[in-house]
Amino acid sequence: MKLRLKIWRQKNRNDKGSFVSYSMDDVNPEMSMLECLDVLNETLIERGEEPVTFEHDCREGICGSCGFMINGIPHGPQRATTVCQLTMRHFKDGEELVIEPWRAGAFPMIKDLMVDRRALDRIIESGGYISVSTGNAPDGNDILIGKDTSDRAMDAAACIGCGACVAACPNASAALFTGAKITHLGVLPQGKIEAERRALGMVGQMNTEDFGSCTNIGECTAACPKEIPLEVIARMNQDYWRASAKRRDDSVKPVTPVTRWNAK
Amino acid sequence: MSTTAVGLRENRAPGFWQSTNGKKVVMAVTGAVMFAFIIGHLAGNLQVFEGPAKLNAYGNLLHSLGELLWPVRIILLLCIGLHITATVQLALRNKAARPVEYAAKKSINSTYASRTMYWSGPIILAFVIFHLLHLTAGYIHPGAAYIEGDVYHNVVSGFQVWWVSVWYIFAVSLLGLHLRHGFWSMFQSIGLNHPRHTPMLKKLALVLALLITLGYISIPLSVLAGFVK
Amino acid sequence: MTLDSKLPSGPIEQAWDKTRFDMKLVNPANKRKHSIIVVGSGLAGASAAATLGELGYNVKCFCFQDSPRRAHSIAAQGGINAAKNYQNDGDSVYRLFYDTVKGGDFRAREANVYRLAQISVSIIDQCVAQGVPFAREYGGALTNRSFGGAQVSRTFYARGQTGQQLLLGAYQALERQIHEKTVTMYPRTEMLDLIVIDGKARGIVVRHLVTGEITTHFADAVILGTGGYGNVYYLSTNAKGSNVTASWRAHKRGALFANPCYTQIHPTCIPVSGDYQSKLTLMSESLRNDGRIWVPKQKGDKRKPDQIPEEERDYYLERRYPSFGNLVPRDVASRNAKSVCDEGRGVGESGLGVYLDFTAAIKRLGEHVIRERYGNLFDMYQRITDEDPYKVPMRIYPAIHYTMGGLWVDYHLQSTIPGLFVLGEANFSDHGANRLGASALMQGLSDGYFVIPYTIGHYLASNKFAKVDSSNPEAQQAVANVKQITDKLLSIKGKRTVDSFHRELGKIMWEYCGMSRTAEGLEKAIGLIDALREEFWQNVNVPGSGDDLNQSLEKAGRVADFFELGRLMCVDARERNESCGGHFREEYQTPEGEAQRDDEHYSYVAAWGYNGPGQHPELNKEPLEFDYVHPSQRSYK
Repeated sequence: MKLRLKIWRQKNRNDKGSFVSYSMDDVNPEMSMLECLDVLNETLIERGEEPVTFEHDCREGICGSCGFMINGIPHGPQRATTVCQLTMRHFKDGEELVIEPWRAGAFPMIKDLMVDRRALDRIIESGGYISVSTGNAPDGNDILIGKDTSDRAMDAAACIGCGACVAACPNASAALFTGAKITHLGVLPQGKIEAERRALGMVGQMNTEDFGSCTNIGECTAACPKEIPLEVIARMNQDYWRASAKRRDDSVKPVTPVTRWNAK
Repeated sequence: MSTTAVGLRENRAPGFWQSTNGKKVVMAVTGAVMFAFIIGHLAGNLQVFEGPAKLNAYGNLLHSLGELLWPVRIILLLCIGLHITATVQLALRNKAARPVEYAAKKSINSTYASRTMYWSGPIILAFVIFHLLHLTAGYIHPGAAYIEGDVYHNVVSGFQVWWVSVWYIFAVSLLGLHLRHGFWSMFQSIGLNHPRHTPMLKKLALVLALLITLGYISIPLSVLAGFVK
Repeated sequence: MTLDSKLPSGPIEQAWDKTRFDMKLVNPANKRKHSIIVVGSGLAGASAAATLGELGYNVKCFCFQDSPRRAHSIAAQGGINAAKNYQNDGDSVYRLFYDTVKGGDFRAREANVYRLAQISVSIIDQCVAQGVPFAREYGGALTNRSFGGAQVSRTFYARGQTGQQLLLGAYQALERQIHEKTVTMYPRTEMLDLIVIDGKARGIVVRHLVTGEITTHFADAVILGTGGYGNVYYLSTNAKGSNVTASWRAHKRGALFANPCYTQIHPTCIPVSGDYQSKLTLMSESLRNDGRIWVPKQKGDKRKPDQIPEEERDYYLERRYPSFGNLVPRDVASRNAKSVCDEGRGVGESGLGVYLDFTAAIKRLGEHVIRERYGNLFDMYQRITDEDPYKVPMRIYPAIHYTMGGLWVDYHLQSTIPGLFVLGEANFSDHGANRLGASALMQGLSDGYFVIPYTIGHYLASNKFAKVDSSNPEAQQAVANVKQITDKLLSIKGKRTVDSFHRELGKIMWEYCGMSRTAEGLEKAIGLIDALREEFWQNVNVPGSGDDLNQSLEKAGRVADFFELGRLMCVDARERNESCGGHFREEYQTPEGEAQRDDEHYSYVAAWGYNGPGQHPELNKEPLEFDYVHPSQRSYK
């Protein structure tokens, strides 16, 4: 099949960037979107041009590396599918695909379709864990957890941290991402103990980063390749206001967002 | 690579009001208060169908409350003020959160109502101001003259001016749209969401928004149609 | 070189306890004065970095991905073994130990495996405490399944995403230490050389993948948790970024590379669909519990599967292995699939595939039961192939999945370079010639959470560390070496892309050093690889520069190392004149076509020393002794 790819090209953060159109005449409907870009890149290199930079790794929809907008939808038109598993048969012969990176102030541009998502790591750093050092653990069956609870935790824990929720949100909010981790750990008995501190830390960090606010409209959950439900955001909101009301000091502090790269 | 840090803010967790989540809780609570007012106001207004005596008595009752009326008004004004302040601050932050717009962006899940909150809100505000000047203070009252204390007269003669009615119907429809999203969104913002209950809540939001809209616009429609004279 | 594996003496049950007691400790107040570099942030790397941070060491952790959470451990589906015996079905530490030694076809160290089985129990506890949502019974207890043909149910799992959940647990523990400032994280930073000073590993040279900066980092010890090398085959179930570079550059600095030819081929992957194919997708082998594997009896039968009548189908595994049937171990299932395809009876357009048919199971159990058991796998299959496996049989084919070989380490997980420790899939230690299902996650976490924190302390307490910095001649030489490789790759500007070389290398490896091997084929492969490597260094085209983000350059460096590794794998495979586990030499098979070990001559670990590109490496042997589990012939008839 034939396709026209209109791809955002930008050398680095300081470059202005623009769309460049590429015609592809021989796209196999069985290939994935990323394999289609592989083929394009091979021809670009052979023509002496710079290949398109895009993030990818496992190519089976679990590592969360890949992701970009296709015709205005994060990860493209197929629900619950990352671009690495999105096969080209979902597009029509002769179609034009507008491909651009996640756009968010909290995700500074790196190159072409690659952005810097360290803000998400900093949200986890600010409390997205259970504080238990190696060796501290009781026997696995000492903490009984009902199947329903465990399943709810698992639903939220399925998040792959790709950033599609931020990309889909008109406000570039990271509420779904943050809510997913708060819910995963908060519903489990072993995670409840520090649930309030966690909510203060993670929500505080989310608000320190350049993310927008949640307006409860649900674009994120529809774009999420793991279909994390909106319920997790409600959980975050509740944990947060309760924690805010109960806190006794200012001991939970956010970390400073940085965009420079530390090689030293 | 650039060595500047973005959003370098004081290294202290944002307080409740500084956080987007906190502001949304405030919006939910103030929204709930205003929602209660809207229901009460509708219940009062519908007495127009029971004739001038009933409605005017209701108006007089409200006025006779005296020192009780003002605290209620102040609470309502405070709610409006907080609701709007939070909205404006969030809107500015949200705009800044996406400095570069998408060339193409599709909505795939959100309702029309939820996406139009930002302009249904301000229009409703403009309407509320007009509405107060029109029927509470009587400063703007085209058509027949405004008579202090004769609520029934003021309402009926006010709505007999066709454009006033159209403006009212338009604004109330937007209010319905606003409530369609706002009603269930309040619950989400304060942290109540359940896979079985929330879908029902969303349906309830639609029903309530429709009932409220129909309830309110039944008044100008009846006036225009001549049922209420 | 004599290899001192530092194996403990005395009864195996007390060996690890005794070793721990004999080890020196670092005073708590001194821990922060010791710095440790951890390369890799997968199960092994992240768990090690987090635990060492918790102990108070000054840790620097590096990964090439944008976040430590992306490491390829995340893709593991099936589960993690532990000898908890929660199911009351006769499991024990000894049985897990026994199964692992036997499953490894008697090519692993008994003491290592015993320790792994002992620690497996603590891993589950630790992960539960971290919030890993393992599957549970309604009553709240942890549940298990049997996996990979094991006769007990000892596999813990979190839906089909066990690797993801375990990695997130380790990642979260790591992020906690980053917040505590005991660990400094360096994402998008790739290790390109090891700095060895006075015979000890003291630092690494890295390239920052965004800025292109090449810098040095120093520490008292270096840990590699950099994963396996399956991508030498180009097509594998590994992530695209998985590579051997960190291990290989350490190997070139003197760390021996052990058993490189032991590769595991997973029988149930989605077949290749075209030349553009960039990776292979694994389908959990639990599918074989209910699916029946078959091919047409007739060569080149192009009919649709539902038009081939029952009597013209060959359920070859059930026919050849009546007692195990479709549940034979991975290596046996894979080899048989290859042999029926080689006969020309493969299915699908490429002829490289066999049917995995659920028709009978659906008829017997109903579609809803199958949907409940395998729904997510069926969905994934349909997403990729656009075929509905509830109606049309799946097509599957084996693919490279895991590499048992790796840098040689002793019982302390220390390589032949003092101060260089190697964990997880990157080392060779615990799986012998074949890894059992659900054991990779166990090993990565065992090494990182529970072994390295003790053994590295012993190393740090037993040695003195002179101050080193980038002015050391060894450091400068390593930086110059990295720059020279980078400059060379960028200066060639030939005609072929990196991927085209990698693909060709992969084909050679798959053809001659894949599922079955011959001395003649391996000899040929060595020649082909040498020629291809030479062409690569003259004709590769790496566009762009080294001063900014350049994915072609990253790939080129990794592929350059794969050439040398691929050659070593062939050398090792040719040297090992026997068949064992994942290494099948056609010359050495039983009359029924099963792997034929030669315990008399090959019961050793082959640890290779580097002698330069294209040069014959130096073979060192570590003899293997079996005091507890006595070598026997595997049989699945």
